[in-house]
Amino acid sequence: MRHLKLLRIGPIGFRIGSHWRRPIAALDELYRDYPGPRDDIADFNVHLFAARPWRRVLRPSVHIAGDFVIPDAAPLPLAQGLLAAEMGMNLQMALGLRRYLLLHASMVERNGRAVLMTGISGAGKSTLAALLMARGWRLMGDEFALIDCATGLAHAFPRLVSLKNEAIDVVTQALPGARFGPLLQGTPKGAIRHLVPDARAIAAMEVPAEPSLILFPRFGFEPAERPVLPSEAFVRLTQSSTNYVALAERGFEALTRLVQTVPARAIDYPDAATALAMVEALA
Amino acid sequence: MFYRAADPATLRIVPLDSLTLVYHRASGITHIVDAPVPEILDILGEGPRDVGGLLGILAERFDLADPDPAALAVRLDELVAAGLVERTCAI
Repeated sequence: MRHLKLLRIGPIGFRIGSHWRRPIAALDELYRDYPGPRDDIADFNVHLFAARPWRRVLRPSVHIAGDFVIPDAAPLPLAQGLLAAEMGMNLQMALGLRRYLLLHASMVERNGRAVLMTGISGAGKSTLAALLMARGWRLMGDEFALIDCATGLAHAFPRLVSLKNEAIDVVTQALPGARFGPLLQGTPKGAIRHLVPDARAIAAMEVPAEPSLILFPRFGFEPAERPVLPSEAFVRLTQSSTNYVALAERGFEALTRLVQTVPARAIDYPDAATALAMVEALA
Repeated sequence: MFYRAADPATLRIVPLDSLTLVYHRASGITHIVDAPVPEILDILGEGPRDVGGLLGILAERFDLADPDPAALAVRLDELVAAGLVERTCAI
């Protein structure tokens, strides 16, 4: 492909090829402080391509493919090419990762102890992770937590933080000096703006941490908190993992160990300030 | 009809809290089970039993208030379908 970007996020290397310069230019800018894949060998390839040659220029529409594909994935307009690249990388991780148990969770770390936050879309995973970063926590990732099946340690995957809709203003105000990508309007998930993790998150992205707390946040409810039994945490985390089944007994052992050794709590919150106070009190 | 537990080498059983995880190596499926399934697997791991024999041991060990052979037979059929228990014709 004509335009190419090599980068590494945490332990995972990517090679992103594109028919257009624009998505790669956005990646070059926003991921400028990230290293390349180890030995220049990527774990995953992502392709952003036009289905027909003339669609490179006429109503350009970005199809997403790579080593692993979803057959019916809808293309995105070129203005959302950055989102297509991010979705392509997420897709490779979700479908192809075998080195770690992958949990759909955001993660922050303080004093070597990692807090995992998982829940449905809209639960506030990315927002809370970004706001905790603003309060001095190390951002380990807003989308995926990588659990090492042998050690149980959590590895960071600090990709660009994907802020959606109301979260964009909340985080922009909390991090006035941060770097942001373009505001992408009218995406399948509404308005999206990407936040570049701070220098500390990028510098320490190879440093794993001991999981110390698993949180199941829910946005839009009166403040409430309850312990989550290991069996419930196990079921919910299998639902939030895309490769639990593929890892077979390795995944079973890793997840069993996680829920047996790390306390889990469910928190309901009406606003970000309440959630941050709850997380910091529990962590 | 007698029943026995699947070969212990094919099962990884991890009690968590009120629920127990059973990883079935032969199928790669994780089962999350409640009482009395772990107890049934335990007893059938000691040797084959028929429904009556199993119910007698369960009633004796766990003080069952209302032992029901038909309900137990249904549970056993589910465990057979899951591969956690096998049917056997003779002891």
